[in-house]
Amino acid sequence: MNTKTHIDQSLIKTDEMVLNMGPQHPSTHGVLRLKIHTDGEIVRKIEPIIGYLHRCFEKHCENLGYEQIVPFTDRCDYIASMHMNHGYALALERLMGIELPPRVEYIRVIVGELQRIASHLVALGTFGLDIGAITPFTWMIRDRERVLDLFEYLCGARLLYNYIWVGGVSHDLPEKFIRRTKEFLDYFTPQIDEFDQLLTFNKIFIERTADVGILPPDVAVNYGVTGPSLRGSGVNWDLRKNDSYSVYPDLEFDIPVGTGQMGSVGDCWDRYYVRMLEIRESIRIINQALKAIPAGDVHAAIPKKVRPPKGSVYSRFETARGELGYYIISDGKNIPVRLKMRSPAFCNLSVISEIAEGWMISDIIAILGSLDIVLGEIDR
Amino acid sequence: MEFSQIKKVLDIRCSGLFEAEIDRHTIRVLPENWLTVAKVLKADADLTFDSLMCLSGFDLGDSDMLGIACHFYSMDKGHMLEVIIETPKKNPTIPSIANIWRTADWHEREVYDLYGIIFEGHPDLKRILLPDDWEGHPLRKDYVQAETYHGITIKKDKTYWE
Amino acid sequence: MELTLLNKFDQDNIIMGKLDELINWSRANSQWYFQFGLACCAIEMMAAAAPRHDLERFGAMPRATPRQSDVMIVAGTVSLKMAERVKRLYEQMADPKYVISMGSCSNSGGPYWQYGYHVLKGVDQIIPVDIYVPGCPPRPEALLQGLLELRKKIREETPLRKTVNE
Repeated sequence: MNTKTHIDQSLIKTDEMVLNMGPQHPSTHGVLRLKIHTDGEIVRKIEPIIGYLHRCFEKHCENLGYEQIVPFTDRCDYIASMHMNHGYALALERLMGIELPPRVEYIRVIVGELQRIASHLVALGTFGLDIGAITPFTWMIRDRERVLDLFEYLCGARLLYNYIWVGGVSHDLPEKFIRRTKEFLDYFTPQIDEFDQLLTFNKIFIERTADVGILPPDVAVNYGVTGPSLRGSGVNWDLRKNDSYSVYPDLEFDIPVGTGQMGSVGDCWDRYYVRMLEIRESIRIINQALKAIPAGDVHAAIPKKVRPPKGSVYSRFETARGELGYYIISDGKNIPVRLKMRSPAFCNLSVISEIAEGWMISDIIAILGSLDIVLGEIDR
Repeated sequence: MEFSQIKKVLDIRCSGLFEAEIDRHTIRVLPENWLTVAKVLKADADLTFDSLMCLSGFDLGDSDMLGIACHFYSMDKGHMLEVIIETPKKNPTIPSIANIWRTADWHEREVYDLYGIIFEGHPDLKRILLPDDWEGHPLRKDYVQAETYHGITIKKDKTYWE
Repeated sequence: MELTLLNKFDQDNIIMGKLDELINWSRANSQWYFQFGLACCAIEMMAAAAPRHDLERFGAMPRATPRQSDVMIVAGTVSLKMAERVKRLYEQMADPKYVISMGSCSNSGGPYWQYGYHVLKGVDQIIPVDIYVPGCPPRPEALLQGLLELRKKIREETPLRKTVNE
């Protein structure tokens, strides 16, 4: 259903209108402002304006100790905060050369994949809500609450955990955690088939998202798009396989890639379906990790004072949204000289000005929802 | 490819335009040579750095130079490179690579916003995170916080603590 | 008033009471909130509206526009760039209007109080706040308690008479 129509200018006198969407709008995923130049209903140019949530994260990092920065990294991408903590801990462990006990690595993988499931549930639920489907949102949030129950049992917090520290984790797994996780996975695995029946292969959903907002793979790589949005365009690229870290090389999982099943490769439906398949792969990873987790002391490698040697490091991590990078310059003291966070949603959002031309305004909402952005990490 | 091999290819293509730091795996380029080196990095058949991972500004605080650090990655060859470009604080200008890697478009706007480095040739250089009428560049080490913005006090009122 | 109303309806179908109480009762039990989610607290506000901690059973329905809402829940950090828009949205709401400030960031600047050059240290610097809900982020049950406290506050109002405090 291609809506790139041509309007015959000789019949009606038309003019371009500038429509302002946001910063407060129930359909944007945070305080994002879109300046849309439209010709009737067809969009000619889109300009995203960000900065309404700029909370001076990098200035705080230049004045606080390395251990004190961990709660601030939580609050950047608040939907996938375990990943933000993990990326930061990975960067500092590479800089300091810390060797982690295997139990810590397996715990990190388990909570990371649980967090990926929770984050994708929010992304898919709110995507359905933007399209107009309210029931999948309620079902997905209900299942996400069970993941948050597990996290609350583990470390006491529902949303912002401060769990993964440099050199280890803050608490060891409580005694019933593994059993409760297995019960959750047994309950949740058939639920995904229900979501598929309800939303994924629903005719109205397919009409609204297939063939809409096609992102060509070379444009995606040039704009720095990573994560499920890049994989939806057919590029087989996942940092867990291509630039691996932690114990991911020992685990068996596939990387889902968009194939243009319902329309063209790289449309909104592909990006949605890649996330759905990633939830299934995360369940596979968690099952393997639960079987293979060894015993050990989780606090053994945590340094008393984090004082990295002089130098700099750039390390990457695959969050639920894409490639998260931390560039840290250290001069031997306890406080970083410069800490830059390269957030995945920053680059994912910049591509919307390229792919949104020629679609109708309601398609823009679908495209924005399929890119899955979180303004907290864009504005930092 | 290892860093030494990348350095060999660069020595052939653009000799004299850069300085290599072998132990840190980075190369340093002067602002006037940056566009030439960048085009070689993208177009050369052995290097093919097709993805710019990150472009960050920095201010080390101990000299009068500002700088940017670019991290490149090649998705089919699998190698990585860090490039550092420094420019004096009095009049900071660096040529823009936004037309070569579109990732750099917003990253350079952010560096301009927070550090004040002007990127020549950038299609639309304006502030991105802070409001358009903000004064100063906050991430510089000598930035002094303003008292008010549009009549709102910025500093926290701690009189009820002490 | 709820219990007495029910009791009275059981016995009789004529109730005697003050008009003030009737107006306060109707305003308190149907607070349509303006979902002004800015940051992390918005996710907890969304979770409060979700099936587990259902907000709608308290009569609180989310509205997307300020013109149709009674309560504005400011959830998340207010930056200086956003502050003018918050003020404008508050002025677009119709009277009687209330404000709940949810989370530490909108209470007083939150964890960004020390070096945040672009963070508004508390939304009460630009709009009057009725209820402060502490937490970072507050649990959905805490937001529910905030709404119930707002109800208690509304019940003590005197909409028909002007008193010295108003």
